[in-house]
Amino acid sequence: MELLLVIMIAILYASGIFMLLRRSMVRLLMGIILIGNGANLLIFLLGGITPGKPPVIAETKSVFTEAYADPVPQALILTAIVISFGIQSFAIVLLRQVYRLLESDDLDDLNTPLEEDI
Amino acid sequence: MIQHLIILPVLVHLITGTVNLFFWGKPQPQRVMSLLGTFTAMLIAFALFNQVRSEGVMVMHAANWKAPFGISFVADTFSSSMVLFTSFAGFAVSLFSAAGISAVRAQYAFYPIFHFLLMGLNGAFLTGDLFNLYVWFEVIIMASFVLITLGGSKAQMEGGVKYVSLNLLASVIFLTAIAIVYGLTGTLNLADLAITLPNIKNQGLINITALLFFIGFGIKSAVFPLYFWLPSSYHTPPSAVAAIFAGLLTKVGVYAMLRMFTLLFHPDDFMTAIILIISLGTMLTGALGAIIKTDLKRMFSYLIICHIGYMVGGLALFTQAALGGAVFYLFHDMMIKTNLFLIAGVIKKIRGTTNMPKLGGLYHSYPKFALLVAIVIFSLAGTPPLSGFWPKIYLFQAGFANTSWASNYYVIGLIFSSLITLYVLAKMWKDVFWKKQPDTQIHVPDHFQPLSFMKKLSLILPIVFLASITLYIGLDAERVLTVANDIAKEMLNPKPYIKAVLGHL
Repeated sequence: MELLLVIMIAILYASGIFMLLRRSMVRLLMGIILIGNGANLLIFLLGGITPGKPPVIAETKSVFTEAYADPVPQALILTAIVISFGIQSFAIVLLRQVYRLLESDDLDDLNTPLEEDI
Repeated sequence: MIQHLIILPVLVHLITGTVNLFFWGKPQPQRVMSLLGTFTAMLIAFALFNQVRSEGVMVMHAANWKAPFGISFVADTFSSSMVLFTSFAGFAVSLFSAAGISAVRAQYAFYPIFHFLLMGLNGAFLTGDLFNLYVWFEVIIMASFVLITLGGSKAQMEGGVKYVSLNLLASVIFLTAIAIVYGLTGTLNLADLAITLPNIKNQGLINITALLFFIGFGIKSAVFPLYFWLPSSYHTPPSAVAAIFAGLLTKVGVYAMLRMFTLLFHPDDFMTAIILIISLGTMLTGALGAIIKTDLKRMFSYLIICHIGYMVGGLALFTQAALGGAVFYLFHDMMIKTNLFLIAGVIKKIRGTTNMPKLGGLYHSYPKFALLVAIVIFSLAGTPPLSGFWPKIYLFQAGFANTSWASNYYVIGLIFSSLITLYVLAKMWKDVFWKKQPDTQIHVPDHFQPLSFMKKLSLILPIVFLASITLYIGLDAERVLTVANDIAKEMLNPKPYIKAVLGHL
């Protein structure tokens, strides 16, 4: 499972960075989304994976006696997912607006010279 | 004991922002509410600062979950003074916005978002938890995304795309670093990390994590070679927004950097050399960029970058003098940079442009305003009794005390970029104030003169307010230096901080 996750994370980061380096704005957005998901999985992986041991203390005991799944990484990921959801939806609206103004998807067209530039 | 005062600087902006949302589309009540909110925030920040100065580090555990498990809010001298200076800038910009932000913008969410931005800043300064810091950073960038694109002009959209994408990338890098830190230590509390990180066997991985943090905060605070988003986006929004960005947003990156690299990581020789070279590059590229720009706001944007280099270099030298100088410069810079963009806003109101070749004759038509700007400019350039001078002495001292080759270059860069700053400001003074107004521009109507007295007051008063704080920093430098030195001591010896949060060492 760990190996699978490591490969997944590597693919997500690599493809995300590849997309970030494209000139198209949509690909830029995709790149940020992919890298963000890679980071979320990275937290999950590095938090330690303990299958089948929920962090619930048995009724008969008062403390944990064996290893349990750490709930903190999942809380962190949940927070990160919610945040990135909000920010990505903002970015999508922004890029759509930019496309409407420029009628171009190319990042190189973003440098409309102002009159101040001589 | 639960110390509720810590959370109040965050709460006051949350409440003001939320209440303002109920007045959607009604600028006038929002303006009044915003002024009240920022003024209250200033009083609270004063109270917090005084209490921290008299009683030492204050801690609040959210929901009373004790330190390594819950989220703690910590106010030491550094964070409480950052909150204090943020509240000054917030009050000034809120006052300026009353006349400087058009009713159309204010009808939409300008004021609520402005307060959410200040809330995020205060939260970032006060939190004692690494992941919580990430969340506050996201609050800040989310609010700043809206502020930078609100209005929807073409230039704003173009600047917005660059700003949004680079900041998102910085957040992801920051998150990656947090993931590695959590994987190594199993804790995210800053005080707890300060104890556990040095005991980790795999120090190589920790150094890499430190570099990831440096890159993440480096993009946010616009250090060389990661600053390109700043000059291409900061000139696009209205001056009030640009002022709050210039004064506070890059500085929160510097704050996080200072916090991380004194509490969690301690720069070794290799890191020191790298950070010094980066700070040198930041100073030089910022200074040289400022020379060629003919637009006031763009020139000021490059000056922001230039002066970030001073503080980052102070961090790398890592002595009490250097850290004290860096922190002092941070306070001075927050006030000055906010003020510069407010001044650019007033100039734009008067002449209708911020393009320097088209400006001129302001000394003749507005002599009192020119005098006010002169105070700010002299402080920024670091003329002896004023505020820019004192931190630079400390930085020079620390740079000379350190004999490594990198620190020699840092001192050279400091001298060179100070000179260039002086040159750039002199050129700006000549172009904007002394030169005769070009004949082609004489017909351009003055939008400042016909304003009502109250509106004029709300544009000029914030500049006077910030300039008088700058004057105070310069003329009563003894007191500010004591605070800065105490902060430097806290940074070099984080034991009181750790003890206050965890209850033990």
